[in-house]
Amino acid sequence: MYTFNFRRASSLEDAQQIHQSSSDAVYVAGGMTLIPSLKLRLANPDDVVDLSQIDGLGAISSADGAVSVGAMARHCEVAATTDIPALAALANRIGDGQVRNRGTIGGSLANNDPAADYPAAVLGLGATIHTNSRTIAGDDFFVDLFETALGDGEIITRVDFPIPKRAAYAKFANQASKYAVVGVMVAETDSGVRVGVTGAGACAFRLTSFEDALSANMSASALDGIDVDSSDFNSDLHASAAYRGSLVTVMAKQAVEQLTA
Amino acid sequence: MNAETGIGASVLRKEDARFITGKGQYTDDISVFGQTHCVFVRSPHARAKINSINTDAAMAVDGVIRVFTGSELVEDGIGDLPCGWVVTSKDGSPMIAPPHPPIATAVVNYVGEPYAFVVAETLQAARDGAEAVEADFEILEAVVETATASSSAQIHENAPNNQAYDWELGDKEATDAAFANADHVTTLDITNNRLIPNAIEPRAALGSFDAASSTYTLYTTSQNPHVERVVLALFVNVAPEANLRVISPDVGGGFGSKIFVYAEETAVIWASAKVGRPIKWRADRTESFLADAHGRDHVTKAELALSSDGEMLGLRVKTIANMGAYLSTFSSSVPTYLYGTLMAGQYKTPAIYVETQAVFTNTAPVDAYRGAGRPEATYVVERVVETAARELNMDPVELRRKNFIPPDAFPYQTPVALEYDTGNYGASMSMALDLADSDGYAARKATSEANGKLRGRGYSCYIEACGIAPSQLVISLGAGVGLFESAEVRVDVSGSVTVMTGSHSHGQGHETTFAQLVSDRLGIPFESVNVIHGDTGRSDYGLGTYGSRSIAVGGSAIDRALDKIIAKGKKIAAHMFETTDDQVEFAEGQFSYAGSNEPKPFAEIAGAAYIPAVYPLDELEPGLSEKAFYDPQNFTYPAGSYVCEVEIDPSTGVTEIQKFVAVDDFGNVINPMIVEGQVHGGLAQGIGQALLEHGIYDADGNLSTGSYMDYAMPRAADLPDFEVDMTSTPCTHNPLGVKGCGEAGAIGSPAAVMNAITDALGVKDVPMPATPHTVWETIQQGA
Repeated sequence: MYTFNFRRASSLEDAQQIHQSSSDAVYVAGGMTLIPSLKLRLANPDDVVDLSQIDGLGAISSADGAVSVGAMARHCEVAATTDIPALAALANRIGDGQVRNRGTIGGSLANNDPAADYPAAVLGLGATIHTNSRTIAGDDFFVDLFETALGDGEIITRVDFPIPKRAAYAKFANQASKYAVVGVMVAETDSGVRVGVTGAGACAFRLTSFEDALSANMSASALDGIDVDSSDFNSDLHASAAYRGSLVTVMAKQAVEQLTA
Repeated sequence: MNAETGIGASVLRKEDARFITGKGQYTDDISVFGQTHCVFVRSPHARAKINSINTDAAMAVDGVIRVFTGSELVEDGIGDLPCGWVVTSKDGSPMIAPPHPPIATAVVNYVGEPYAFVVAETLQAARDGAEAVEADFEILEAVVETATASSSAQIHENAPNNQAYDWELGDKEATDAAFANADHVTTLDITNNRLIPNAIEPRAALGSFDAASSTYTLYTTSQNPHVERVVLALFVNVAPEANLRVISPDVGGGFGSKIFVYAEETAVIWASAKVGRPIKWRADRTESFLADAHGRDHVTKAELALSSDGEMLGLRVKTIANMGAYLSTFSSSVPTYLYGTLMAGQYKTPAIYVETQAVFTNTAPVDAYRGAGRPEATYVVERVVETAARELNMDPVELRRKNFIPPDAFPYQTPVALEYDTGNYGASMSMALDLADSDGYAARKATSEANGKLRGRGYSCYIEACGIAPSQLVISLGAGVGLFESAEVRVDVSGSVTVMTGSHSHGQGHETTFAQLVSDRLGIPFESVNVIHGDTGRSDYGLGTYGSRSIAVGGSAIDRALDKIIAKGKKIAAHMFETTDDQVEFAEGQFSYAGSNEPKPFAEIAGAAYIPAVYPLDELEPGLSEKAFYDPQNFTYPAGSYVCEVEIDPSTGVTEIQKFVAVDDFGNVINPMIVEGQVHGGLAQGIGQALLEHGIYDADGNLSTGSYMDYAMPRAADLPDFEVDMTSTPCTHNPLGVKGCGEAGAIGSPAAVMNAITDALGVKDVPMPATPHTVWETIQQGA
């Protein structure tokens, strides 16, 4: 770890002000990605701005057919919610117990790791992301590898998940890291069937060919014969692009089976 | 004897209270006055010439005290890190051991090899200093692949074809003749995947030099502190042996990786005198991945000659063993004497010929890792036997039974040097089949198929040679050390006992097991026995713990010392009884004499020994303290039958182990609970090797699996409930009848798992680890 200034923000305004006045600042929410990077000297910021003491940023509430999850809500807290069981189940399979006790939804989404779980929920459930300056449709949020629609210094404040009619998340976890090799959220929502895929590509994406097929017939067999183009998928030590392509279908089918069970 | 704490009782471990309440005292928990911190500067290149190293910027970092490079050690007379076992090639030439300076001087040969180190007031300053060290490297082509190493760029000047040795064992002509007469030959090309040890506690060292007494004290995470001391004194020239004390306090797991003498503790103890202050180093996990000795990494061709009715006639094995960049402390013995000698397995195969070519690559050194050669041997034998059964359309159980060495054939001389003392392989097999509900397999397989899953079953009947021994045999085969063990039993005035053992516990539970042995034999309370280990300043020269040798060799040494204690006790009692010592009996903690109705409890004799009023001191010395050095007559031969049943989901390639049965014959057992725990741990590591763990270097020699993000360790959820049981044929040549249990699980299990997976998939081989991706690809290739 290199030395840095630890700055504890008292409010969103305070956080953004510290960020703006620093030549090189990063926000820390749960720190599950940032702290290992710091420890390995892979990151060398001047200022680390802690968001954990900002009032109300971790609140979770339900109203008007949606679950609103504060950006600082820990994975374990989301896992304990009941309104969207698929979202709770997803949160309960992130990392391990220690990670779930520290990691936050806002931190995960802002980081946009290609193998993170929450992006599949945002796309699959049609969530809306609120920041300290605007509202971003979930569909517009994930741009590329570790790249989001967030502007410099912009802070996620909460994520609103419309409660679906039914939904399920199936994940094929990396045996070492427990990140998603492929994770698929399938949801039947008021605005139609949505399928969010994480792990397979540079960032999470919706799979419209699956959405169309499942809209017509919400059954695993509806996905038979639909070709998943894996040519741009990630390929690494743990899984080839072709394997990920196959897993997208297998996980989607598992999710459909759970959802229709 | 006390049924709750004596031999055979599952006593809870004495040491666990401190371990699980955070009161263990590990090397990094120890701090001494004036302590400094050390960080090693490690090569980012797999193979490079060091043109120059500039330490000016590092010295300028605030808090940095000294920056050392390898040449400073050389100038001070510090020697190379030696390999302690000289293996001889087929042509009679000794193995080639390339220069291995603790801190690289002219070249670096693997990513992570240290070429400088920084001593500073704080760890942070040492890290900053290490980052400021500048080196000019000329990058050279890296050699990474085991199979092609001998035809790749030459790494060491003195090692043509990157070959350390080309070794053989067995009768080549007889084996060739067996193949010529065979009805069937089964051929199998297999690899044994590279593993990276992951003890919970990373390696650490704290070296200090006391100028007033010219003595060095090294606290370090060693499985064998006396060996560490003798190597540092005699070969590395750090200090005269008498002036060097090595202490291994609590050590959090070793699995072999802490047997060896490494660069880091050498540097720390040497530099402590140069700096004039104690120096501490503790590996971070990245350093552990890069610079601990790795395990396995073999490429093997195995051929088994059989008659048409399944009689095994001959076995031919040709292995390329990756030694990494240098020969680590005991590396040379692993793919030879701990490997080729086990190729008979549990079978009466009459002709066996084994060749091992050991090659250098630009990877971390490879040395003993839980099982050390014996898992590799078992993997070869048990995979090829199972494959042969399938090719001959024979039941693999029947093929094995047909070829087992029968119980009445012991002692049995194998064609590969070892003489097995005892065993009953069929008994273990029968018990394992019962536990595995062998009869219900067909129904389970049908259920799996109905669910779209693939079910398979595999067996593994391993044998191992433990308690490595006898000294004169291993020395004649090239070992640079004896392999006896020492023990000292000090009876206190009150009758309590302190035991000094040369064995070292780093998780095995010796403080409990050895106390049970002493308590049982002396008839004193278990709580009255204190076991001390891991300190060259307190115990006699000992050889440490590895190769499942602690109870068989270390325990036998304690037993011998106890014989002497009892003998002397009898002499003292004889004076009290006014008889001769041959008239005194000792049993149940009481010295008795037929002519007296007042037996003397052990504690009373202890008191009399130290308050010498009742015996003539010109005939008998006062005190009651005895030593023994025990040198075994033979190895011990634990053996067992393992059965594994898997179910594979062809859509994902995920293998689920649905049943794992392990029946082991460890001879007599002191503490069944501890033994069962050792089996569980070994199985976890073996299943980890089969399904999860893989140390992978990329083509440039960078370690791709250098963290837990990419290197998959087995977790509880990856493992089934183990069904574990034991048979027993007591060892015939040690006083306790014990064999050792520390490695069995890791030795026997990979072949059982892989036999089950290949059975399920209907293929000859799947490379380990059988990850979901690998299994899925295997299925795709067959589709």
